Amino acid sequence: MKFLLRRLALLLLTGWAAITLNFVLPRLMPGDPIEAMLARYQGRLDPRTVSALKIEFGLNSHQGPLSEYFTYIGHTLTGNLGTSITYFPTSVASIIGSALPWTLGLVGFSIVVAFCIGTALGAAAGWRRGSRLDTFVVPFGVMLSAMPVFWVSLLALYFLAFRLGWFPVAGGIGTSQTVSISGIGSIISHAALPAMTLTLVSLGSWVLLMRNNTVSVLGEDFIKFGRAKGLPERVVAYRYAARNAILPNFTAFALALGFVVAGAIFTESVFSYPGIAYYLLQAVLSLDYPLMQGIFLVIVVAVLCANFLADLLYVFLDPRIRLESRS
Amino acid sequence: MKAFFANRLALAGLAIVAFFGLVALLAPVIAPYSPTDINFKPMLGVSAEHLLGTTPQGNDIFSQLVYGARASLLVGLATGAVIAAVQLLMGIFSGYVGGWVDAVLSVVTNVFLVMPGLVLLIVIAAYLPQRGLVTMIVILAVAGWAWGARVLRAQAMSLRDRPFVEAARMSGEGRWWIVLGHIVPNMFGILVANFFGAALYAVLAEAGLEFLGLGNINNVTWGTMLYWAENGDAVLLGQWLYLLLPGLCILLLGMAFGLLNFAVDQVANPRLRRN
Repeated sequence: MKFLLRRLALLLLTGWAAITLNFVLPRLMPGDPIEAMLARYQGRLDPRTVSALKIEFGLNSHQGPLSEYFTYIGHTLTGNLGTSITYFPTSVASIIGSALPWTLGLVGFSIVVAFCIGTALGAAAGWRRGSRLDTFVVPFGVMLSAMPVFWVSLLALYFLAFRLGWFPVAGGIGTSQTVSISGIGSIISHAALPAMTLTLVSLGSWVLLMRNNTVSVLGEDFIKFGRAKGLPERVVAYRYAARNAILPNFTAFALALGFVVAGAIFTESVFSYPGIAYYLLQAVLSLDYPLMQGIFLVIVVAVLCANFLADLLYVFLDPRIRLESRS
Repeated sequence: MKAFFANRLALAGLAIVAFFGLVALLAPVIAPYSPTDINFKPMLGVSAEHLLGTTPQGNDIFSQLVYGARASLLVGLATGAVIAAVQLLMGIFSGYVGGWVDAVLSVVTNVFLVMPGLVLLIVIAAYLPQRGLVTMIVILAVAGWAWGARVLRAQAMSLRDRPFVEAARMSGEGRWWIVLGHIVPNMFGILVANFFGAALYAVLAEAGLEFLGLGNINNVTWGTMLYWAENGDAVLLGQWLYLLLPGLCILLLGMAFGLLNFAVDQVANPRLRRN
């Protein structure tokens, strides 16, 4: 319990830090980004929106910065993320609501598949350290983790989708289809290429991590003891080595997740996939700060929730953590 | 040191970095044209004059590729150095000094670890009025320093209680003298591994931001080359070398840093050492 409470406190603190960054960054940055944004949309927004935006970002406001800050936190916590400028008058929350499921599907699938394949490959390589498999897996893992995601996506898009026509070139679903049971085939065929690229590039870090974990677990006494008891190699490998080596993977989940989310930004951008990262990029390139801030916050919150799930799983899997809190 | 040089992976990584280093230094000699010269016929194919053809804007692709090595190498090494320096300070203050300093720094580190780095980078970059290589290095360091900081902290903490540090303290050596003479040298291996890890991250993140159009798109780098390749529809028009090669260079340089990181880790980390 103590472990979970500590983690929960950290995650809440991070969420607060994200909200604060949203509030502070546009006010601190040189060159008045908000003025630049308003200048860019001069004449295209009606005066009421402009004054609402000015108040939201602390220009022309009669409040002090501190009470502005508390108003901002209040709005954010109640789900009031403002109005998008490029998609005016759609609210930021409703854009995020429609984009989020696409990204959750893409990222969720990729992270689970990459975790399973990568961990299995890394465990096999670490167990047979120095073997032919190991000498292949290490450079292969390093290569995968050095792959520029956007480049792999571009190549896949060009060769597999454009030249060979095996996959759709853009979008999340066929133009004639609607999101329903009958459209599921179209959804899967559109998601296939982005999901495969994302899985491929996030595989490398799991492979290297699990390989090193396994190598360091193999030096432990309980492995020698298991062997000395005369247990079959298979039992030592799975029930003694792999079971313990996999635990640090859960604590490394935060990093891995950050990596996959970063990857999703590139894959969604290259494949024009209608997920949240695609809108983030559109917002950034068109200086739509309310939309950008909203998406930043939602991504951080989603990452925090996923982290908490990983922590729960970790406590469930590692009896040491559970016992520590009881004593 | 010997173990490091005996490692084939490390040698391969070193060779690749040295190769790109030479290319970057000798770029004016190697490249036949200026990378920003747009007076060529656009979309030329491979020929003796233009080894890799020309871009839709009329640049010589080979010259751009050669000059592009400079930005990636500079950003990779500089960001790596900045991050390693920050991590060293954090490690010493957190692990060796301890107390409430450690408590505060640990929380800050953990917050930055959980925050998705690239998203934070994009958001910071979006507010910047001007973006050059220096601002790039600064924001890359801000978003990426936490990764690996905890390993240095743990190392500093375990060093603090070792007998030889204890002995130094007993013999009356000053606190900072102990830090410089005993703690820092023993953190060196991990620090070097972290340096290469950070360089890998920086090379990929820089190219990524530039590809998204969040760098200075007028700089000649491998990332901006890919930006123009995508936005100029070069690929759809058949200029696929323009797409393939900058990415391949990023991959190779990143892989070299990754291999060096892995190899140093194998030597410096006692748990991974072969007995």
